[in-house]
Amino acid sequence: MINRRDFMRLAAVGGGAVFVSGLGRSALAADSTGSVAPGYDEFFFVQLSDMHWGYAGPANPDAANTLKKAVVTVNALEHQPDFIIFTGDLTHTTDDPKERRTRLAGFREIVSELKVKNVRFIPGEHDASLDNGAAFKEFFGPTHYSFDHKGVHFVVVDNVSDPGASIGDAQLDWLKADLLKQANDAPIVVFTHRPLFDLAPKWDWATRDGAKAIALLMPYQNLTVFYGHIHQEHHHQTGHIAHHSAKSLIFPLPAPGSQDKRTPLPWDPAMPNNGLGFREVEAEVKEAQYKITEFPVTRG
Amino acid sequence: MRHASAIGMLLGAVAGIALGGTVMAESAKQHPDKEQVIKIVAQRFSYSPSEIVLKKGQPAVLEFTSLDFVHGFKIPDLNIRADLPPGKITRVRITPEKAGVYDFLCDNFCGAGHEDMNGRIIVRG
Repeated sequence: MINRRDFMRLAAVGGGAVFVSGLGRSALAADSTGSVAPGYDEFFFVQLSDMHWGYAGPANPDAANTLKKAVVTVNALEHQPDFIIFTGDLTHTTDDPKERRTRLAGFREIVSELKVKNVRFIPGEHDASLDNGAAFKEFFGPTHYSFDHKGVHFVVVDNVSDPGASIGDAQLDWLKADLLKQANDAPIVVFTHRPLFDLAPKWDWATRDGAKAIALLMPYQNLTVFYGHIHQEHHHQTGHIAHHSAKSLIFPLPAPGSQDKRTPLPWDPAMPNNGLGFREVEAEVKEAQYKITEFPVTRG
Repeated sequence: MRHASAIGMLLGAVAGIALGGTVMAESAKQHPDKEQVIKIVAQRFSYSPSEIVLKKGQPAVLEFTSLDFVHGFKIPDLNIRADLPPGKITRVRITPEKAGVYDFLCDNFCGAGHEDMNGRIIVRG
């Protein structure tokens, strides 16, 4: 049975996204058979992040195998997700454009083994910052886009193709126009690589013009952000908007600002996958609601 | 975002910020009545020097030469940042008004050692 400690649930009910962490599927099930009660499983997706394919170093001596193991684990999930998204740093950076493409190709080949074929990708700074996303686009298409799935609007924001971690005015204009098509209470999920807020600026854990993006997101009451970059689970609120970062699949990093340097946590041979992982997210789409007004026999 | 994009950044020119403090770099010439000029070389993946000592209230100019990339220079706690394009000198004027230790970093992703490209300014009272 797959460990679902990272199970997260987005319930678009009651005027806001509800985040429930630390729940196994059994905690959501309505009966003892392990089946999930109808209505809970509108759909779910899997987020994997920061694979850094091509990394070689002491922080993960098993780097050549970690991603492959994660693919096997995803394929073994009891319930396959509707889609899978990789939120950046698919590869570890290299100055050599040819080697960058070799790593992107290697990554793509490994994840082609996923059973689920609805797979989406966004770049991280290791994939895209040294060539403004050119190689990434050759392999995976646009670096920012949106799509809809079963009543939820998903938006991918690129805050890495600029090495200075700016989204840029052109993309911000696109984001504004994209969101304007949504009702203020529509369920919306934003994917990005870096945090949009100033999580730890001294570690470069921020987006230079992220405040502009958040200002565009604020009118939407049912919006949640999922991101990567910081190699650990972290949860933060900017007003009513929740931001959830994912673990890495290469090496964990220390808690934001907790030490002088953002050096990887030491590899533990006794627990080689310690601090690594992925998550699935369940979206429960708002049910139809009916406003009921009762009347007496006579009025007045 | 309250990043310093509008503050303290001029390419190839002098940017001025009043911060309250004194700046003294080990490699800097001392001009008690004038601005200190502190020359800093930026290249993948370090600043040299990476530790700069300033004196509270004494104006200083950080004079950057980048050798290989448009590195960034950012002091988050002081809301200062600049791009450091190679081929020109980028000057950041600073008058620290408060003693303390201020981390700085490259905030333009520059490659595999980017995460290690940082330093600190020590402002003494």
